[in-house]
Amino acid sequence: MEAPVQATIRSLDPRVTRLSIPQELPEFTPKPPLDEWQTYEVFHQARPGEQPVHVGTVHAPDPEMALVFAKEQYARRGTTYSLWVVRTADIYAFRSEDADIFATVPEKTYREPHDYKVAQKLLRLKRKSHGSSAADAPASS
Amino acid sequence: MYGNLSIAEPVRGVEQEDPEKLAEFEERIARGEKIEPHDWMPREYRRQVLRMIEQHAHSEIIGALPEGTWITRAPGFRRKLALMAKVQDEVGHAQLLYSAAETLGKPREQMINDLLSGKAKYSNVFNYPALTWADTAIIAWLIDAGAIINQTLNAKGSYGPYARALERICKEEAFHLKYGYDNVVTLASGTPRQRQMLQEALNRWWKPIMHFFGPPDHMSVHSEKLLRWKVKMASNDEMRQMFLDAYVPKIWELGLTIPDPNLRKNPETGRWEYSDPDWDEFWRVINGNGPCNRERLAVRRMADELGAWVRRALLKPDHRYVEPLF
Repeated sequence: MEAPVQATIRSLDPRVTRLSIPQELPEFTPKPPLDEWQTYEVFHQARPGEQPVHVGTVHAPDPEMALVFAKEQYARRGTTYSLWVVRTADIYAFRSEDADIFATVPEKTYREPHDYKVAQKLLRLKRKSHGSSAADAPASS
Repeated sequence: MYGNLSIAEPVRGVEQEDPEKLAEFEERIARGEKIEPHDWMPREYRRQVLRMIEQHAHSEIIGALPEGTWITRAPGFRRKLALMAKVQDEVGHAQLLYSAAETLGKPREQMINDLLSGKAKYSNVFNYPALTWADTAIIAWLIDAGAIINQTLNAKGSYGPYARALERICKEEAFHLKYGYDNVVTLASGTPRQRQMLQEALNRWWKPIMHFFGPPDHMSVHSEKLLRWKVKMASNDEMRQMFLDAYVPKIWELGLTIPDPNLRKNPETGRWEYSDPDWDEFWRVINGNGPCNRERLAVRRMADELGAWVRRALLKPDHRYVEPLF
């Protein structure tokens, strides 16, 4: 008894035709979770001396493969000096709902150089001590 | 190669959002701020942006197929190298876009399942065959030109990860466009047979190109909200007009004929007028009945199946999925 011959896809691409893919698509089996592995975050350093910058993610089974994929996806053009990858799961990041923790930074002006009016103070000091020898000579020990 | 909510779905459910948060969100966008993955966003914004990026990613990965057909037969080694680089770029774009889409909470496996099961849509142009080398030249020049118009606009959109991915993509598309133009001009300067091949390719591709930006505005559902949220950056007709403005003169300059006797720029309105590009065909093809839909899906599935054992062999028990940060 002969098995029924199933029509296969004849493509303009001879490589596709040679695969003998049946015309009728079989029932689709969904991919299981993690079929595309886990993700790595990619950092790209364009030139020596420049800061590595986060550019995106890749899916990879291990760090070595992550570097290979990072090269293919994020170093296709321009210059690259180095690439770093780190497992996304290993990064701890602030959530945007905690952003108020940064809100007091601009208020803390005592941490900024412009908050110190030394020149004015110095001028006042000089005016006050004008004529007195104490301002000109160091105090004797 | 493509990035557009060319078939907009109606925006719904916005009235269920917290009005205060919604107002704050819309003010941020109006100020030109980008929305980042962990920021508050309306559920409908998330759904629409995800749908757009996902469709774009699928289009890139399927878009590699019609041109990939010609790698083995590219005329000359330099063109073969360039075509391989272009096809690799397109597949790389899909990876970047899937990553951007994932930040909205849908794992990559689910997106690819939707593509392979035939549920997800991708750009209609890739359901047409590249019959000759000249077809690949027309695709690389004019389809990529269309893609650049809409991706340059979308790079100014409101969703941070998508905008950043598009910036990177647009840089690579610039090579595709120039490479395609170079091939078209080479054929146009060639023998009468080469010119004829080019003209026939243009004739075949004109309709899909006119379909590329999606149905006309009067046929589309309202997309004002998507424009206000900077998800869509211009209407389908606006983008089509931009394309015609930029490329019709360049096509005419080569002595080619555009296969539409009604195509003209109305000097009074400053807008291009053209014949109806058969929107019934557009719907027929997007719903699965184009010349290559079946092949595209079958080839993509086959590629996935052939690689499955490698993916499974490399999977380690300590792998766990977390949403990418971007």
